[in-house]
Amino acid sequence: MAEYKPPTSEAEFAANFSPKKPLMSDTEAYYESSRCLYCYDAPCITACPTGIDIPLFIRQINSDNKDGAAKTIYESNWMGHACGNVCPTEELCEGACVYNHSDVKPIEIGRLQAHATTVVIRSKKKLFRTGKDTGKKIAVIGAGPAGISAACELRMLGHAVDIFEAKAKPSGLCVYGVAPYKLTNEEALDEVAYLQEQFGFTVQYNKPINGRMDFEKLEKGYDAIFIGIGLGSTSALGIPGEDKQGVIGALEFVEELRMNHHKTPIGKKVIVLGGGNTAMDAASESCRMGADSVVIAYRRGPEEMGAYSFEFDLAKKSGAKALFNVTPVEVMGNGSVTGVKFIRNKAAYGKIEAIPGSEFVEPCDMVLLGTGQGKQVELLEQISGVKLEHKSRILDDRGRLVVNEQYQTNNPKYFAAGDAVNGGVEVVNAAAEAKKAAHGIDQYLKR
Amino acid sequence: MADLRTNLAGIKSPNPFWLASAPPTNSGYQIMKAFDAGWGGAVWKTLGVPVVNVSSRYGAVNYRDNRMVGFNNIELITDRPLADNLREISEVKKRFPEHAVIASLMVETREEWHQIVRDVENAGADGIELNFGCPHGMCERGMGSAVGQEPKVLQTIVEWVKEVAKVPVITKLTPNISDITRPARAARAGGSDAISLINTIQSVVGVDLDTFVPMPNVDGKSTNGGYCGPAVKPIALNMLKNCAQDSQVGIPISGIGGVENWRDAAEFILLGASSVQVCTAVMHYGFGIIRDLKSGLERYMDEKGFKTLDDFRGKALPNIVHWEDLNLKYKVVAEINADKCIGCQLCYTACEDGAHQAIGLSSDPLIRIPSIIEENCVGCNLCSIVCPVEDCITMERRDDGKEYLTWGDRTRAGNIPKTFDDELAGGRHHWVPEPADALTKKKPRHYKG
Ligand SMILES: Cc1cc2nc3c(=O)[nH]c(=O)nc-3n(C[C@H](O)[C@H](O)[C@H](O)COP(=O)(O)OP(=O)(O)OC[C@H]3O[C@@H](n4cnc5c(N)ncnc54)[C@H](O)[C@@H]3O)c2cc1C
Ligand SMILES: Cc1cc2nc3c(=O)[nH]c(=O)nc-3n(C[C@H](O)[C@H](O)[C@H](O)COP(=O)(O)O)c2cc1C
Ligand code: SF4
Ligand code: SF4
Ligand code: SF4
Repeated sequence: MAEYKPPTSEAEFAANFSPKKPLMSDTEAYYESSRCLYCYDAPCITACPTGIDIPLFIRQINSDNKDGAAKTIYESNWMGHACGNVCPTEELCEGACVYNHSDVKPIEIGRLQAHATTVVIRSKKKLFRTGKDTGKKIAVIGAGPAGISAACELRMLGHAVDIFEAKAKPSGLCVYGVAPYKLTNEEALDEVAYLQEQFGFTVQYNKPINGRMDFEKLEKGYDAIFIGIGLGSTSALGIPGEDKQGVIGALEFVEELRMNHHKTPIGKKVIVLGGGNTAMDAASESCRMGADSVVIAYRRGPEEMGAYSFEFDLAKKSGAKALFNVTPVEVMGNGSVTGVKFIRNKAAYGKIEAIPGSEFVEPCDMVLLGTGQGKQVELLEQISGVKLEHKSRILDDRGRLVVNEQYQTNNPKYFAAGDAVNGGVEVVNAAAEAKKAAHGIDQYLKR
Repeated sequence: MADLRTNLAGIKSPNPFWLASAPPTNSGYQIMKAFDAGWGGAVWKTLGVPVVNVSSRYGAVNYRDNRMVGFNNIELITDRPLADNLREISEVKKRFPEHAVIASLMVETREEWHQIVRDVENAGADGIELNFGCPHGMCERGMGSAVGQEPKVLQTIVEWVKEVAKVPVITKLTPNISDITRPARAARAGGSDAISLINTIQSVVGVDLDTFVPMPNVDGKSTNGGYCGPAVKPIALNMLKNCAQDSQVGIPISGIGGVENWRDAAEFILLGASSVQVCTAVMHYGFGIIRDLKSGLERYMDEKGFKTLDDFRGKALPNIVHWEDLNLKYKVVAEINADKCIGCQLCYTACEDGAHQAIGLSSDPLIRIPSIIEENCVGCNLCSIVCPVEDCITMERRDDGKEYLTWGDRTRAGNIPKTFDDELAGGRHHWVPEPADALTKKKPRHYKG
């Protein structure tokens, strides 16, 4: 039944995880860019959270000015290459392309964007000049999309930037989270290296900022601090048996997959719990790892899933099946997982209600929890001036950072953007917010 | 079923589609292949004096993803020996007696003309085409367009040819002249049985931005070439119309210039052509395009009820008049079909920046369908031309059709506007915004600087 054989080599892994949006050749980019109508005040621009001037960069590709195209992209979005590959374009720019209204295939904006940025990343072409030195220093916590974007923009504004990153590599979830068929490690890392070369910010790896002492040190050494730490690890489900062997967070599974590729352990029968994009990714990836069966189990009906429909479609196409209206009540097994006990639900007044006596056990040897990422509440609470109760303005009652329009927290020296603020959206949102936060910092320092 | 049979001044062919004198008619091999594919006639690659060609010979204009929208060459006449060509003409005629084989010729002296005309007739050519069109290489030697640009010289040479020719003679004209009817009249005066037009237009198709050498590049240098392909069709149609409407020309015309599909061919015929000649489209797509040319023209004729080409030849000519004979009272305005509109707003920006500020946008950015401000619309067509959706913007008639007044009528009546306030002199009815309004006009948020 499985459409994918378990990969046993790097080549087989690459084949199973072949890019969803392969890099365009010059010819394809030329033809595709020729189709763009160059709409006035184009709706695709409005649909892009970073507001890239899409018709302009497409025209620049078409007139063989790819450096110019890349510059147009990066001017709005420092994660231009990553976004070209990982953005849910169906829901954003491409979904807004006017061609949709005439039943013509929309322009492949994401792939054109990745094409133009690849050209400059490969040629190492410097497109930007950093701003005149202001003598100010900013500490950035986290080298994910938010942190890197903030760093680039701050350098454009002439401020010095040091990034502190807990892990050994930059790019955050672009390297540790996003599906490998969207973006490879090399692509993600090459873009950051390209930007760092151009902007000259420093990154200290394996340097987690751990508590009040670290924060105080940063406060002494820097004029402002940007928080781009994203979210935490997968939240627990809170059902018996969850600690059995073979039960892991979807995020942790993806992280291992991104690092170890075909060497990542995979079950024969995998159950993915959850209805969000991370659950869909984990299901698609399990299929590509050669699991015999992959079942997505979700508490409600398909229309209520948080995931984009195209991600669910991809999981189904990859071979996953879905169980709807089921709640996991216990992980079965003795030492290692052997199955998940579910109870069926029915919808009642917008809520779900368990149907008594409808329990059943779905056998499996691996459970992936797509139950969402926790927030880094304990850490953020240690920033001085922050009251511990959640009502204090720095964290909302869902543990997210609260910021004003300048992305400034209630401790004026701290700014924040990305998943840590928005609770987990997309790379492009982190890039858009971080850019605004950098300008917020600039305003704050000028005051 | 439509009858495509063609007779141009006595040269007969099964259909009006001829290959123009060019690389596709370089050899008997190619012409047999073309006839076998369905072409009706072929004008052999120009025969004449020995020449030497350069290497790297073509350049092109690509428009976005469309290649060879325009095409140019710096080639000369045939560089194959005359004897070989004559032998192959005989061979082709033997195999394809019903098809038209026309020998294109270009030599210098009267004796040379007499000799070569006899040679090709002996080989079996059905007609002769005099190449007075080539705009490069040959004119420097006093041939080609050097002749075509001098009506007197042209007439003399036609007369020389007619002294010996027994088959019909076609004179091919160069467009590199301001009034095409002058050489056309001279051709007739010299006794030419028909004319063909146009040959290529002098051109430089582009400059390489790295080497600074225009295309085609011959060892770091280039030269002006002859332009052809779809881009030149409008120029060809205009010259065709000028000759077809001129009673002092009055001889059959073979139309050439940018013909690629049956629609192009039908347009040439509607403007008076008896046959059409094709070069660039075959150089691009091969002889196989004849299938579309024939089936398309047949279907068109059947649909319109035309039995023969004569039924519609020149049918569009009465509809081209001088500007002064156009009805000044006719009034159309643009109308947007909201159901078809995809919201690209190309019409808006075209009219706003390139025409008459007669299209408005909703103040709600989510409503992308523009609206026509009828008072400002002059009925120029621009918006309907730029709109990417078929039949989305239509031009609707607003006058009642009762009045007919032309500039000619007014001139004759002494009724010429003396001031710009005259309703037809633009002033009163043509509203424009105040200049400084431009600076406060709302801009898209991504327009920087
Ligand atoms: C499984 C999965 C799939 C996804 N797929 C897509 C997708 O296809 N398309 C898309 O656009 N988005 C996708 N996303 C979302 C996207 O990855 C995030 O929105 C984006 O990466 C957020 O960027 P960030 O910089 O805010 O956070 P992160 O990417 O999480 O980066 C945070 C960085 O901070 C570091 N850090 C954390 N704590 C500390 C600390 N205390 N000290 C120092 N450093 C620290 C982390 O190591 C990390 O490098 C996906 C997310 C997940 C989980
Ligand atoms: C609608 C229109 C009106 C024009 N009016 C003028 C004119 O008043 N004076 C002039 O010198 N050229 C006029 N031109 C010619 C242009 O200036 C230009 O020479 C020509 O269009 C070729 O350039 P293009 O291929 O970029 O259009 C006009 C062209 C257009 C399309
Ligand atoms: S909406 Fe589509 S066609 Fe229009 S500018 Fe954007 S990408 Fe091009
Ligand atoms: S016809 Fe011309 S003036 Fe009228 S709306 Fe269209 S572009 Fe504007
Ligand atoms: S050009 Fe056509 S499709 Fe585009 S906005 Fe105007 S009317 Fe609509």
